[in-house]
Amino acid sequence: MLDIQDLHVRFLGREREAVAGVSLSIGEGEIVGLVGESGSGKTVTAMSVAGLLPRKQCDYSGKILLDGTDLLHADRESLRKIQGRDIGVVFQEPQTSLDPLMKIGPQVEEVLRIHTRLDRAERRRLAVEAMAAVELPEVEAVYKKYPHQLSGGMLQRAMIAAAVIAKPKLLLLDEPTTALDVTIQAQIIELLKKLNRESGVSMLFISHDLNVVRKLCGRVAVMQRGLLVEEGEAQEVFRHPRHPYTQRLIAAIPTRTRKGGEA
Amino acid sequence: MKRGNGFFIAGLALTCLLAALILLGFFWTPYDPNAMAAGPKFSAPSPAHWMGTDNFGRDIFSRVLQGAGTTAVIALATLAIGAVCGCLTGALTGYFGGPVDELLMRLNDGLTAFPSILLALVMISILEPGKKRSVILALGLVFIPGFARVTRTAFASLRDVNYIKSARLMGASGPRILAVHMLPNTLPVLLPALTIGFNNAVLAEASMSFLGIGVTPPDASLGYMLSEAQGMLFAAPWYAGGTGLVIVLMVFSVGLLGEGLRRDRGVL
Repeated sequence: MLDIQDLHVRFLGREREAVAGVSLSIGEGEIVGLVGESGSGKTVTAMSVAGLLPRKQCDYSGKILLDGTDLLHADRESLRKIQGRDIGVVFQEPQTSLDPLMKIGPQVEEVLRIHTRLDRAERRRLAVEAMAAVELPEVEAVYKKYPHQLSGGMLQRAMIAAAVIAKPKLLLLDEPTTALDVTIQAQIIELLKKLNRESGVSMLFISHDLNVVRKLCGRVAVMQRGLLVEEGEAQEVFRHPRHPYTQRLIAAIPTRTRKGGEA
Repeated sequence: MKRGNGFFIAGLALTCLLAALILLGFFWTPYDPNAMAAGPKFSAPSPAHWMGTDNFGRDIFSRVLQGAGTTAVIALATLAIGAVCGCLTGALTGYFGGPVDELLMRLNDGLTAFPSILLALVMISILEPGKKRSVILALGLVFIPGFARVTRTAFASLRDVNYIKSARLMGASGPRILAVHMLPNTLPVLLPALTIGFNNAVLAEASMSFLGIGVTPPDASLGYMLSEAQGMLFAAPWYAGGTGLVIVLMVFSVGLLGEGLRRDRGVL
């Protein structure tokens, strides 16, 4: 469904390529984790898929095919038609991802307002439905609240509702649980699993938290310095990491008997 | 948005009071502002003539009411030209960036290097000196760069904020992002800029007319009256006093309003 082929991205004025030849595909209904430390190129990869790459400020080549349409070289207009409708995005910090002066409900509906001709009542009905699906409490009340009146976990649920309301094929999750505390993290992970099960939406989950990736993703890709160094079934990669970098990453996970750190 | 601060309330009250008086001045004044010998010459403030009379025996309060109207209209029109053009260019260049942004902002730097009064003087003498519309046009043009700069900064700082990015990722068009998502979030910066702009426009109009290239008789504006009053500062100090007081009040009240709005920013 999503097929990244030999993606190269180099920002102007930099020697090293931020992404140096990444190929990765995501099947229908699959959840793929993309892990790596900061600067490994995972976010740039995601930005390229989302169409957020500052094209004038970088050299890029390769292909990003979403059901056959090349996103990397699509013009702005056709990209706009795909953004929001076929691809939903959730960012790391829910507090800054929502417009502080707009009520939650209208923000959840935003995608429908842009991409469909549904009337107000219909949009509202779908928004309330989506908000209930992400397990927000008292949906009708939350609909009329402003972002500063909600907690981080609730905001992230609202973001997810906004991202999935148009039933996209692909959900890009850029460290969506990093800014949340551990119990909320677990709830969000469960929610994402449920959404994936029920609607069959594919997900690209970017994180540096291997524990979270392990719980959520069926397949894992590990990036280091712009390259994909290892890719495979999550359980397999975690049990038998082949690449030394992956081994070090896994060894760095804190467990009950061992504190985190270089092994 | 919480607006419970004293500055805002006091500013709003004073501004409304002045606006009401000015509006009243358009339809009714105690005496005909231009009627000679409405009372004795050079009479001091009294119940019959609240601000006294001038060398022709004209009622100063009536003249001030009318003059404040002229000044306010010019200031508002100036503000409209300056703010609309300035904010539009600022918003577009701030959001889209690129070489056009760079070019316009350097041009802006160049314009800022000249004192704005000087620019307005030049502009008026190129247009038609002594006409209300040339004062408005000249001052309006002079006000554009300032607004463009403030707006540009506000929009540019929002460009890479997450919720703008997510609006883009939802496929929102440029105009929609600018109008629906960015504009409301820049208002805490733009509204105080507008009030300051109004004050500057009042003062600029007064300066122009005081210098004799702004509004000319029979139109009375506060600046023109102030320059008239200068000649009889000792014979009728209440003329300069009354006129000056109204200018100060206009600037003060709108300034309070702006300060109130500015202090409100922390709440958002």
